[in-house]
Amino acid sequence: MMLRLLWLIPLLPFAGFLLNGLLGARYLTRRAVALVACAAVLASFAISVGAVLELHNFAPTPAETDAGSPARFTQTLFEWMPMGTTPEGADLTVRWGYSLDPLSAVMILVVTGIGFLIHVYSIGYMEHEPRAGFARFFSYLNLFMGMMLTLVLGASLPVVFVGWEGVGLCSYLLIGFWYDRMFDETTKMSCADAGRKAFITNRIGDVGFLLGMLLLFTAAGTLDIQAILARAGALGTGVCTAAALLLFLGACGKSAQIPLYVWLPDAMAGPTPVSALIHAATMVTAGVYVTCRMAPLYVQAPAAMLSVTVVGALTALFAAIIGTAQDDIKKVLAYSTVSQLGYMMLAAGVGAFSASIFHLMTHAFFKALLFLGAGSVIHAMSGEQNIWRMGGLRRHLPLTHATFAVAVLAIAGIPPFAGFFSKDAILAGVLALAGQAGSPALLAVWAAGVLTAGLTAFYMTRLYLLVFAGVPRMPEEARHHLHESPPVMTRPLIVLALGAAVAGFVGVPEFLGGGSLPNWLQVYLSGTVPSFHPDSGVIYLSEWSAMAIALLVSVAGIAAAWAMYGRRPLPAPAAAAEARGFVRLIKEKFFVDEAIDALVLAPYRWLCRASAAFDEKVVDGLVNAAAAATDLASQLLRLVQTGYVAGYAFAFFLGTVVVLFFVMR
Amino acid sequence: MRVEFFLLMAALLFTIGCVGVLVRRNAIVILMCIELMLNAVNLTFAAFAHENQSMAGHVFVFFVMTVAAAEAAVGLAIVIALFRRRRTTDVEDASLMRW
Repeated sequence: MMLRLLWLIPLLPFAGFLLNGLLGARYLTRRAVALVACAAVLASFAISVGAVLELHNFAPTPAETDAGSPARFTQTLFEWMPMGTTPEGADLTVRWGYSLDPLSAVMILVVTGIGFLIHVYSIGYMEHEPRAGFARFFSYLNLFMGMMLTLVLGASLPVVFVGWEGVGLCSYLLIGFWYDRMFDETTKMSCADAGRKAFITNRIGDVGFLLGMLLLFTAAGTLDIQAILARAGALGTGVCTAAALLLFLGACGKSAQIPLYVWLPDAMAGPTPVSALIHAATMVTAGVYVTCRMAPLYVQAPAAMLSVTVVGALTALFAAIIGTAQDDIKKVLAYSTVSQLGYMMLAAGVGAFSASIFHLMTHAFFKALLFLGAGSVIHAMSGEQNIWRMGGLRRHLPLTHATFAVAVLAIAGIPPFAGFFSKDAILAGVLALAGQAGSPALLAVWAAGVLTAGLTAFYMTRLYLLVFAGVPRMPEEARHHLHESPPVMTRPLIVLALGAAVAGFVGVPEFLGGGSLPNWLQVYLSGTVPSFHPDSGVIYLSEWSAMAIALLVSVAGIAAAWAMYGRRPLPAPAAAAEARGFVRLIKEKFFVDEAIDALVLAPYRWLCRASAAFDEKVVDGLVNAAAAATDLASQLLRLVQTGYVAGYAFAFFLGTVVVLFFVMR
Repeated sequence: MRVEFFLLMAALLFTIGCVGVLVRRNAIVILMCIELMLNAVNLTFAAFAHENQSMAGHVFVFFVMTVAAAEAAVGLAIVIALFRRRRTTDVEDASLMRW
């Protein structure tokens, strides 16, 4: 029966949004606001679990089951855009419908489950907000949940697009939640500016998404996702490539891939739970999700797949390098998120879609945990975010420290934590494709992936050591304020830490499980996303040695970080800030923001100024000239109006004579 | 009698009226001159009506007389209003409506 309630899953958070948004600030207490928000998400989670369990036994029609298609439950709520039929009789009507299949099942469980934990955590994190801000925060969070679930469950592209734009809006609202605060002192960027930056950067990607959608509508004659995918083979490579690339542009914006990743580090202006929920666990993975959702389309377009691979690999490596030299705890995590999203894209690009979703899921656990842990640290440090002014927090924040350590091990890819398995699945996917295609060039992608894994281990260990280990480097009075966060914040951390520790076991690779432990997630997702067969072609590296190399590189990253930051007492923050050469280049994020400023924004501003000048001088000039001419003419003409009746009569007389002259000629 | 005589007479009357309107400054005289011009036209109508043995000219004469009566009434009302305010009927003195 839970399947029939599918429509409630996005609707409940919307209800929470309306309730808190309309009444929260004035009529509800903090406790009621928090209760409404959390209950709405918890109910969604409960329905999701029930629906997913039921989906397992759900067979739509015998024919579909025989064809080997996966269990899929589609619920059409109403006709949204009745557009009639084509002359050939194809139905163009767009319906508002939700669709649950294994892929969206994994997503809704991640979104509602982790979303609920972050909601609970936010109660503690936002306790110092005034009541109006508290209600506003939770209504935005609920709106986000509703939009995200619409995105994930949407059965046709316009519904997905509504969710897509909706989460972008919530992202903007929540990044700029403290819209009156300064975010970056050096660049004079306020939190509101950061929100705008995110929104506008996303807009560039959204244009691609919209164009891709319209192209598919023209080519396939429908916007229903399953119908499009069923026809993907008949569309031709050209259309598939164009549509896939356009959709990928959208995914690049939403999932922060090169060159549209620049908004994500600045999205850290938002409150930390927002960074955890939107900019780590859920929204930013929407691009990956849509790419996997449209996988049958991508499979028809090798060029698009190659672009996804290259962009993903470059993003993963590039962001990981930047992450090694950031001083702000949230900036490190932000670049880490960009890097991990690149990893997921890379997986999708080589056709390892189930590995991509697997990493999406494990990443949601450990990255949410990292952000919430960082939030706990920031909370304890009364807002300080510079890791050079932290250190030795292990003793003061034992629970935060323990859960953070689990997350660090998970993201660094140390077995048996979650990140190890999902990262390995991706790297194995790359190797398998390289073997299948017999292309050593793909080995470079694999090497980039392994290198990224090492760098990830390095910067996460660095972060851990600087924050939790060593001696305290904060001022004396800040040290006295240190306190572990309240249970409402630490309990979600514990749950997430359990997830980050064990979530990897749903996708243990077959050779490791030895037949007794199946790769459960891959089996579950098979049929929903195309899977490839890694057992054909050249074997460049055996599975065992590939895994061993990746693990060794990760351990080497940890060891390097320990050698640099763990052994001796670290210098004071001022001395640590100085950097030269390549290190400075990394610290300044390769001057990408400055380059964009110079290459894109500066010409754009020049164009704006030129347009403004053209408008002021030429367009306004013409209008003013016309007005001046009229003015001059009337100045001259009014001299005629003498006030003497005889004069008028004479003019009248002359006029009559002239008229008569012409009439009687 | 030939129609040209009537037309000449009418032209003479019209010219007198026209010159009077243009050169005289007394508002009442100007009104009278207008009447003169209208009557010159009436004479022309009547002459052509007689010449062509048509009633249309006579009908127009009645129209013109009606309009002339109305015009005289409005004109005189304006003159009286002007006189009440400014104690004059000289149109040169009523020249405020100008730039």
